[in-house]
Amino acid sequence: MEQYEPESLSAAQLAAIRRSMTSGRGALSRRSMLRAGGVGALTVGGLAGLSACGIPPAKREGQGPASTDVSAKEKTLAFSNWTEYMDVSEDEKSRPTLEAFAKRTGIKVKYTEDINDNVEFFGKIKPQLAAGQDTGRDLICVTDWLAARIIRLGWAQKLDPANLPNAYANLSSQFRRPDWDPGRSYSYPWTGISTVIAYNVKATGGKKVDSVTQLLDDPALKGRVGFLTEMRDSVGMTLLDMGKDPGNFSDADYDAAIGRLQKGVDKKQIRRFTGNDYTSDLDKGDIAACLAWAGDIIQLQVDNPDIKFAIPSAGYITSSDNLLVPAQARHKTNAEKLIDYYYELPVAAQLAAYINYVCPVDGVKDELAKIDPELANNTLILPDKAMAKKSRAFRSLTSAEETAYEEKFAKLIGA
Amino acid sequence: MSAPTLAKEAPESVDEPILRKPSARKRLVPYWLLLPGIIWLLVFFALPLVYQASTSVQTGSLEKGFEVTWHFQTYWDAFTEYWPQFVRSLLYAGTATLLCLLLGYPLAYLIAFKAGRWRNLLLVLVIAPFFTSFLIRTLAWKTILADDSVVVDVLNTLHVLDVTSWIGWTEGDRVLATPMAVVCGLTYNFLPFMILPLYTSLERIDGRLHEAARDLYASPATTFRKVTFPLSMPGVVSGTLLTFIPASGDYVNAELLGSTDTKMVGNVIQSQFLRVLDYPTAAALSFILMAIVLAMVTVYIRRAGTEDLV
Repeated sequence: MEQYEPESLSAAQLAAIRRSMTSGRGALSRRSMLRAGGVGALTVGGLAGLSACGIPPAKREGQGPASTDVSAKEKTLAFSNWTEYMDVSEDEKSRPTLEAFAKRTGIKVKYTEDINDNVEFFGKIKPQLAAGQDTGRDLICVTDWLAARIIRLGWAQKLDPANLPNAYANLSSQFRRPDWDPGRSYSYPWTGISTVIAYNVKATGGKKVDSVTQLLDDPALKGRVGFLTEMRDSVGMTLLDMGKDPGNFSDADYDAAIGRLQKGVDKKQIRRFTGNDYTSDLDKGDIAACLAWAGDIIQLQVDNPDIKFAIPSAGYITSSDNLLVPAQARHKTNAEKLIDYYYELPVAAQLAAYINYVCPVDGVKDELAKIDPELANNTLILPDKAMAKKSRAFRSLTSAEETAYEEKFAKLIGA
Repeated sequence: MSAPTLAKEAPESVDEPILRKPSARKRLVPYWLLLPGIIWLLVFFALPLVYQASTSVQTGSLEKGFEVTWHFQTYWDAFTEYWPQFVRSLLYAGTATLLCLLLGYPLAYLIAFKAGRWRNLLLVLVIAPFFTSFLIRTLAWKTILADDSVVVDVLNTLHVLDVTSWIGWTEGDRVLATPMAVVCGLTYNFLPFMILPLYTSLERIDGRLHEAARDLYASPATTFRKVTFPLSMPGVVSGTLLTFIPASGDYVNAELLGSTDTKMVGNVIQSQFLRVLDYPTAAALSFILMAIVLAMVTVYIRRAGTEDLV
């Protein structure tokens, strides 16, 4: 290889070197300077950006800027609900009660089944609501505790009683005064939910399972017991079993219930904590006995006569799924009309006969008997006095309690 | 670049050699071509990353809002609290990756060298499961591994489950809701990500190399060890990465097929974010996972010596 000798370079070569220094690879030195500068600027800017981020308080003081109600002009309504929470015609092509509503009022309902899980749904709508924006939904259906949180955060619109004559008159007394929305000024229940114990007689060997104690201690059920990932159902039922009132308990009571469940986890008595998917496990017999939502059990029993349910003598947890109009929704009056419509007795009966959940409407029994007398006597749909007496609701929690309790429960279920 | 700019530049370049400087327009072309990619990266990668980084050092609550307080303690707390889930994630993902390699390599080899006219059909079959949703595929395993299913019966008869129970991978005479079920789900769901890169690198190997090896009296095993496997290393490396990285962050398999003691770090992140509403901890956990995976991948690539291939 030749030695580098600057003197021997021709003018042309020198020019070439100069050229490559300015526009070729040599120019990289300037570029890398820029790059270093850029990284520096990005770091400084990034740090500034990081501290500027923050997440503003979720709570909206007062009502905030009132949303304009365009119900009179736009005869539409966007309704988000859970799956299998609406009656469907035989050919599965239409939803009879919704269609009758559209026919009578001229309001076209955009019905979406996009709620599968309360926590996930909250994650979905939170960004818009926190930013004070319209979620694109005029009516949503969420479980008590989430309804309570949404109301607490100021993310729900107050309903106008003048538009809700049927709802006001026909709402069952047991649903009238939840501690999170006394007098129902923001919400109306869509359905009531009873949390009971269900079991598969084939898997239990014909044995009856009727208490949480049995779920947690019976060696015959080891590894085949299911509890629910809904904290209030699992802990609430355990509290009842321990002789505590889920409507009025202390931190120590809560910890004791968690400890009791933890024992069940540690000795492998509890197989899983499940969401809605417990139904298939129970149906197959992989889960022999579990906490269950009564409406699911009625539907399961249609196909599988081995599925039985029991109401623990210690009592059972009731909750409800509630209709709310989210803040900034633009069709509140239309939403109120729909709520009121579903509190008309024939409509309520038609819905209850299809979805088999607890009907929150008083006086629906006769209408339901017209459709199916057997359903009218089913205490899981229309609880009788003896049953209603055993029902308890989980009390509403403060924000701090909610965080602390959910954290303990999350640890119990492994994450 | 607009036309007037060009016209202005034209007189300047008259006395300069044409090759010296590409026109401004030409110099900018690569950047214009990069632009969509850069914007995509900025919007869907850099911004969320910065946002999550910020969230991880905030403190507060949903109701009072979160503020950046540079609370790095969150990282330490999150790690000490949830290290078992981290270990589990890496263990499950590692096992699943290894199983994928053991199952995928022979299959990829077969498709590349022996399948003949069946090759395309077999490749389609490898990808076929992707035509159904990830969730459905995972739920199907609940039926396959159900307590009274044929698979579990056979495993019980062969006393395989006695062994796996002894090492803690199954529970008594069942498979569902145990670590083994989760690993099975992970292996199944990520297997195509292993097979496809393996296939592409195996398929590129020149068949004459095998002939040459035979001519030089190499046994089939030696041929594989000295020729085929080294040449397929790029596929092995990218296959293992494509399997391991998503598997370590997966939470669906652990959620549906597992139990309380099989939760992976993805489940913790999900639960912290949605259930507990502790966004800083969730963000910190994500960053810790990212750092661990990055570190492991870097070491792995260095050792595998295929930096330029991935």
